[in-house]
Amino acid sequence: MNKAEPRVSLGKLFCVFGLIGLTSFGGGIVAYLRRALVEKEKWLDEDGFMAALEISQTLPGLNSTNMSVIVGRRLRGAAGALAATLGMILPGAVIVTGLGFAYVALRHDPKVAVVLTGVAAAAVGLLLQVTLKIGWKQLIRPKDLVFVVVVFVLVGIFHVSLLVTLIAVAPLAIWVHRPRTEKEAA
Amino acid sequence: MSKIVELVNVFALLSLLAVGGGTAVLPEMEHVTVERRHWVSDRQFTEIYSLGQLAPGPNMTCVALIGYEVSGVAGLLAVLVAFFFPACLLCYFVSKVWDAAEGSPWRDAVQRGMAPIVIGLMLAGCYALGKTASYNPAKDWDFNLLTLGIGASVALILSVTRINPALTILAGGAAGFYLLG
Repeated sequence: MNKAEPRVSLGKLFCVFGLIGLTSFGGGIVAYLRRALVEKEKWLDEDGFMAALEISQTLPGLNSTNMSVIVGRRLRGAAGALAATLGMILPGAVIVTGLGFAYVALRHDPKVAVVLTGVAAAAVGLLLQVTLKIGWKQLIRPKDLVFVVVVFVLVGIFHVSLLVTLIAVAPLAIWVHRPRTEKEAA
Repeated sequence: MSKIVELVNVFALLSLLAVGGGTAVLPEMEHVTVERRHWVSDRQFTEIYSLGQLAPGPNMTCVALIGYEVSGVAGLLAVLVAFFFPACLLCYFVSKVWDAAEGSPWRDAVQRGMAPIVIGLMLAGCYALGKTASYNPAKDWDFNLLTLGIGASVALILSVTRINPALTILAGGAAGFYLLG
């Protein structure tokens, strides 16, 4: 990566991530990131992008902010990570704050209440569709489906704490997918 | 002040537990903030999450509004920092050493093992939101058929078209206005 490239300024980092944070409506932030980082700014090549995305998806936290941390750090160290992450979060945070103020002021208005009911009903449909789209492989493979169901029942129905659930279930799920030696696989 | 400390404790832990993205902690967040701490009602929680779908950027910035409900602007800022900073800090340090694990077959095992867990958590999130937003036992069947219908229509439309999801959320609001009012 960046062999003898001119150093990216912190302001530029903030602006590029800020533009993504401001324009990426309706999720799917990864597509916006790829367009900006790989195609437009050429800060990462395709492999570098996929490697950063892989780390982002494995570690806890949001993919979008983890990507900001990783790319910001590679380009400008700790200050770069901070600039990119703030750029990613701030526009949405400011807008959601504005929506929140309006919400607190208006939510008891019966007309607003029915709009919010419709918005919430639609948001469930969106979340369900996203879940099915990224999870269909897990849902049709029996040895994965077992874990899907167990986690759903523990956390969703019995409200077992997420920390306890992860400690109990994750090692088992990783063990099921453990790397096999050639002999075992044969 | 003690409320701020409580907010920070809850959201910092949620930050570090957010495996596979923010939506995976939705069911836990709903349980802690609604049923255990009574910071917001079931309905408020669902509406705050929905508002987040209308703002650009990471869709979980809306959690800041739970902080606002509890302690005003100070609560909003506290939750924002607590929910984003710990995971970012972890990512900063782990991504530095990550390359050392390049090519380890266990890295792949971790990813494939965690995938069904994330899906289970996301389904639990759908259930946590849906038990207020899609089926409300306090309302009659006509009302619930409409809310279930709006959700099902959105899921179907997004499966067969490439329309921006934020538009379907707005359409849901319009449907609510004309059909439920």
